[in-house]
Amino acid sequence: MMLANPKAIRVDLQLIADMIEPGTRVLDVGCGNGALLEYLWREKQVDARGIEISTQGVQACVSAGLSVVQGDVEEDLYNYPDGAFDYVILSQTLQAMMDPKAMIEQMTRIGKHVIVSLPNFAYWRLRLYIMFKGRMPVSENLPYEWYDTPNIHFCTIRDFVNLAKAMGLTIERSLFLDDEGASRTIGSSIAMANWFGEQAVFLLRK
Amino acid sequence: MSQPGKPGDFANPAYAPGAWSLAGERVRLAEDAPLRLDSGVELRGVDIAYQTWGELNADKSNAVLVCHALTGDHFVVGKHPITGKDGWWEQVVGSGKVIDTDRYFVICSNILGGCMGSTGPQAINPETHQPWGLHFPVITIGDMVRAQKLLIDHLGIEQLFAVVGGSMGGMQVLEWAFQYPKNVFAAVPIATAARHSAQNIAFHEVGRQAIMADPDWCGGNYLAEGKRPHRGLAVARMAAHITYLSETTLTRKFGRNLQDRDAVTYGFEADFQVESYLRHQGSTFVDRFDANAYLIITRAMDYFDIAERSGGQLANAFKDTPVRFLVMSFTSDWLYPTRENREIVHALNAGAANVSFVEIESDKGHDAFLLDEPDFHKVFEGFLEGCAEHRGLQRKSL
Repeated sequence: MMLANPKAIRVDLQLIADMIEPGTRVLDVGCGNGALLEYLWREKQVDARGIEISTQGVQACVSAGLSVVQGDVEEDLYNYPDGAFDYVILSQTLQAMMDPKAMIEQMTRIGKHVIVSLPNFAYWRLRLYIMFKGRMPVSENLPYEWYDTPNIHFCTIRDFVNLAKAMGLTIERSLFLDDEGASRTIGSSIAMANWFGEQAVFLLRK
Repeated sequence: MSQPGKPGDFANPAYAPGAWSLAGERVRLAEDAPLRLDSGVELRGVDIAYQTWGELNADKSNAVLVCHALTGDHFVVGKHPITGKDGWWEQVVGSGKVIDTDRYFVICSNILGGCMGSTGPQAINPETHQPWGLHFPVITIGDMVRAQKLLIDHLGIEQLFAVVGGSMGGMQVLEWAFQYPKNVFAAVPIATAARHSAQNIAFHEVGRQAIMADPDWCGGNYLAEGKRPHRGLAVARMAAHITYLSETTLTRKFGRNLQDRDAVTYGFEADFQVESYLRHQGSTFVDRFDANAYLIITRAMDYFDIAERSGGQLANAFKDTPVRFLVMSFTSDWLYPTRENREIVHALNAGAANVSFVEIESDKGHDAFLLDEPDFHKVFEGFLEGCAEHRGLQRKSL
């Protein structure tokens, strides 16, 4: 579904936004400058909240009228009560967490649904990069060198699906984005998604 | 009962120099039903001095209540009638500023227990026809807010668009959200805490002891004795003033620079600029502030602990609150450090409240909320703008 949106957002954020019912209560964990939150507020009348660690990001969000708390998500999620939100979003951030599993546990505790988007480390270009160059991949989407990257816990689509199963979570929807930016349902074709998906988006619940 | 509320009755320079003839409004409230204080004492006939700026809109939805700090008053903008200096929040309140008086109806009242026109220890006790002095009941932040609520009712405003304030003003903001959640759309507590810390109680106690050690304090009865504990009050102010600044500020402003001399004097003159500065702060403060009011108000701050009144859990105080919050702290504020402001935020999160929190980078200490801090102003303004949109107030027009 494409919305006629006045403020275009990144394609992966659009996929997330499309999973969210209008008028619901949403927490964006690591919301950056608030692009997704503002979109959800304006276009879907969502009660949009966020957590962000960078001063710059929080200032931009609050200045734009968004409800955002400056804090470390790995500490602050524990303060929220069970089931406080309809959706809890973690976009492109799971791989930077100290304890990704604890993060997912917290998110599924405070949210009725959880949306996680992540870069797929088994994407074919990355596989070839390691295979032929023998080095940690550096690309447009993963611009960091191994020694200065905030991304300390990369995983693949298959890894994430396995973790969700092990945690007893239900995957309600799953999409992958190929290098053309087209989104496709992962469904049962995990092997294909794991080769051709540059990014993946999961909608989960307990 | 005599009616000491007529300004004329207060116009006795021996009691309240200056305060009876100040600019702004004054209203007598709690005449029919007394104001019941947390201490159990009932006050009948409470004078509240206040000022307003801007215009109240037709549906009375654009009122912003500004709560002042310990030594602040309702002279938020414009020349102060006693000191002649600019108002304490010129940076924030005014036409086109963060709290835009072209758009909002801004109210600020002198707190209950204050000394700039509202009922406080300088006022006349209707039973004795003498100034209350230290017989004035010990009040709480909750009492101050109850008195403000009477004023807001008097002005016919059902819901304040925003209640804002820093330091003790921030405590009043929290108290408003706690006591009257339905009457507050947005709350902005700045550089404050939900409970006064041991360190802050300790600083206050130093100030109070300095006042009470001054022989001119006369056991609190100095007005009747025709004296003023200026030295004690000045020392209290000097000690407190240090806590409002930061080491960086003091070093930048003064360093170890000497005051009007080339060498130390091996005596106890104000050799250093920082000493001279503090002495000046102390001596100018006594011209505009009442010592007993200082005792009463610092006590009110010490007693402030919202968690204690909510079963020990601050989160209970704000559970399911409809109020939208913006909490702000400053990195170099060691009087109300970020940690304490964050406790408020965590409690609000635990209550699933709508809250924003920003720690503003500043080296100016606690006083940063009064100073030119562009990031602080930008966030504050943006938050109010967003709230105005949620509240359905018209967008800023030219």
